[in-house]
Amino acid sequence: MTAMLNVKDLRAYYGQVQALHGLSFALNEGSLTTLLGANGAGKTTTLRAICNMVRSTGAIEFEGKPLSGRSTENVVRLGIAHVPQGRGTFTTMTVEENLQLGAITRNDKKGVVADIERMYEHFPVLKERHTQQAGTLSGGEQQMLAVARALMLRPRLMLLDEPSFGLAPLIVRELFKILGKINREDKVTILVVEQNAQLALELADQAYVIETGRIVMSGSAAEIANNEDIRKSYLGY
Amino acid sequence: MELFTNQVLAGIATGAIYACMALAVVMIYQAIDHLNFAQGEMAMFSTFISWQLMQWGVPYWWAFLLTLAFSFAGGIAIERLLFKPLAKAPILTNVAGFIALYGIINSFAGLIWDFTIKQYPTPFGSSPFLGSQLISTHQAGMIGVTVLLLILLFLFFQYTRIGLAMRAAASLPESARLVGINTSWMIALGWGMAAAIGSIAGILIAPVVFLEPNMMLGVLIYGFAAAVLGGLTSPLGAVVGGFLVGIFENLAGTYIPGVGNELKLPIALALIITVLVVKPAGLFGRPIVKRV
Amino acid sequence: MSAVEDVVTEAPAVEAVPKRAMTLGLGTSLVVLVALLIVPLFVKNFIIFQLTMLLIYGLAVLALNILTGGSGQFSLGQSAFYAVGAYTSAILIEYTGMNYALTLPIAGLICFAFGFAFGQPALRLSGVYLALATFALATAMPQILKLGFFEHWTGGVQGLVVTKPDAPFGLPMSQDMWLYYFTLAITIGIYIASVNLLRSRSGRAFMAIRDNEIAASAMGVDVALYKTLAFGVSAGITGVAGGLGAIAVQFVAPDSYTILLAISLFLGMVVGGVGWLPGSFVGAAFIIFVPNIAEGISKGLSGAVFGVLLFLVIFLVPHGARQVAIVAQQLIGKLKK
Repeated sequence: MTAMLNVKDLRAYYGQVQALHGLSFALNEGSLTTLLGANGAGKTTTLRAICNMVRSTGAIEFEGKPLSGRSTENVVRLGIAHVPQGRGTFTTMTVEENLQLGAITRNDKKGVVADIERMYEHFPVLKERHTQQAGTLSGGEQQMLAVARALMLRPRLMLLDEPSFGLAPLIVRELFKILGKINREDKVTILVVEQNAQLALELADQAYVIETGRIVMSGSAAEIANNEDIRKSYLGY
Repeated sequence: MELFTNQVLAGIATGAIYACMALAVVMIYQAIDHLNFAQGEMAMFSTFISWQLMQWGVPYWWAFLLTLAFSFAGGIAIERLLFKPLAKAPILTNVAGFIALYGIINSFAGLIWDFTIKQYPTPFGSSPFLGSQLISTHQAGMIGVTVLLLILLFLFFQYTRIGLAMRAAASLPESARLVGINTSWMIALGWGMAAAIGSIAGILIAPVVFLEPNMMLGVLIYGFAAAVLGGLTSPLGAVVGGFLVGIFENLAGTYIPGVGNELKLPIALALIITVLVVKPAGLFGRPIVKRV
Repeated sequence: MSAVEDVVTEAPAVEAVPKRAMTLGLGTSLVVLVALLIVPLFVKNFIIFQLTMLLIYGLAVLALNILTGGSGQFSLGQSAFYAVGAYTSAILIEYTGMNYALTLPIAGLICFAFGFAFGQPALRLSGVYLALATFALATAMPQILKLGFFEHWTGGVQGLVVTKPDAPFGLPMSQDMWLYYFTLAITIGIYIASVNLLRSRSGRAFMAIRDNEIAASAMGVDVALYKTLAFGVSAGITGVAGGLGAIAVQFVAPDSYTILLAISLFLGMVVGGVGWLPGSFVGAAFIIFVPNIAEGISKGLSGAVFGVLLFLVIFLVPHGARQVAIVAQQLIGKLKK
């Protein structure tokens, strides 16, 4: 079976500084994979490199198509949704407008309307606030909105950058439950970057551990979670 | 009392023009965070185009529409050719670019159509409006066209997909790209629309100030004042600011002794500085928090 | 009130220029100085006059360079300070009979005060806002000068005629040549003072503000004081240039000091290289001689030529004459090997 996303020898640069040093990994269709590592290990950069938001070299293929040379918006149009760190909420627009923006590349009006309703079922709190300015939502609500906005694209692959950041533990659990549901029911392949390794490993089926721009460990989530050495040296719990 | 009403109405009429200019300034400011110092010259050049078309026998409203189309295309072309490459340059470089554009357009207008003052027609006539002595039909027409334009723009931004995409690109470019919006073209579109809106302002004010290459300088300063008063981040603010500034200008000219037409520009200067110092975000703008 | 705020990290207004890169080396300076001293002996009076104007505009561009290249603040309103300086000198000479040389420090002081006062509101403004406020100042200035209220002193639209001074002590030189050396002496003085200013504590404070205002204030730089100070110094030097300009041209009138003058000075700075003080004089030469050539071809062409050249500079040599000088230096270095 060929992988849905294939990353080979990825190197990324911020100006003169190299942040990724030849990263390779693959995601299978329908999988829920987590990318773990400490602060500054290169997790966010990896996601940004997939969407061509940083200068990078190496080969990234999505469903057989190379991504290099495509602008960010054209990567997204292939069906890759990216929930960025800090959520990227359009704070001055309403909740509903944020959802419409998620589907801005789609041409099926009816489908979009139906999907907005579906999001309100997934996240009832968004329905309550659909006319509110998104900036007035709480952090957890904004994270729900960000996930919902990404799903409005009807993505084949969803990239999430630290969705648990700044959220209360209860809300994180709820969010992760929804992510699992989306992965199983909507058949969306998910790559989630996390610092909260324990929670992420409970959710994911595959895991990669990354340190200073290199993959140092990979395997099934259960293997990684059960390996005490890895846990102690890389994941810190 | 009649003098007062008269001045307020006249203020609203010129204010409509300032509102258009302010709107054009705000459209570009929202897209690229810069003030287009050449906005007035672009409008002036468009107005000359419409004048030339009419000289060739094109009827007024056709000339009007053709000019809008030309300005729209011209605005996009200027952005693509000259300002897109400057997107990441320091502010200074951009200011220099706008100044350069100002010089080029002003100079070319003078070369092509020379610097003499020309009459410019109005389709509304200049008889008293509805038999009242308060405002002329041209002034009423200026208000009418502007209000119509504003309604159309509101509908465009609120209810069309591309309007939504433009708003998103202006407010948060990175997030906009992440939902698949081509932000670079949204900026170009903003330039095109700003140029078209500016050309409307030029065409409407030309019968009042007469057509010549420097006709828009005063109007642009007042447009800036209006944009700043309304808050540079708010199109609605720009419009309200335009009308307020227009009314203020007329009342100041009437009731403050010694303030006549020759003090027009100092008043605009005072207005801009007062607003920037007292309320830099303007009436409707969002405050901006700076960080290191 | 909206609860939503934007948080931004502002792009720096101008690219940083290292302190050492702001001036010329000693050898080059001496060569330039000697050239400036002897050239007038060999050319016609009209050319001497133009060289005088070059020095005067050079001073005005230098003043802008201290403001923008030094402290990162913009001004599209230098013509206003220039006008105030010019009128101060003209009025003092014509109405009080004061010696022209004495009027210059007064023009400088008045403009310093004016600039310092204008710098107060400017404190709250940065980047485009400051460009806007000064742009408005420059457009409004001619109208202010035409005001009936000041007409008794300013001569209104007509302006004032200024008498050109003779060479003192019976020196055997023409008025133009005397004025040239007089201007040159002042220019050298101000240039050296400016270099020292930028190398001093205040200069470092200016540059810290230019590169990152918030960080500068966190390090204890009194941002308010230094920003207004930069404005004051810049305006003061521009005022001296304006006074000299009035004496050299023998005439002041409101329409000599329009926004076009402000734009020219700004252009001179960009062409000369922002933050490179010697470049100010290269820029001045540019704004004096290019319009002459352009207007010779067709009336009204100079705006277009300015604009096109400005775009070429922005796109091809964004650091202006400084960049050209560096490239030339490297070429010479290679040839020597």
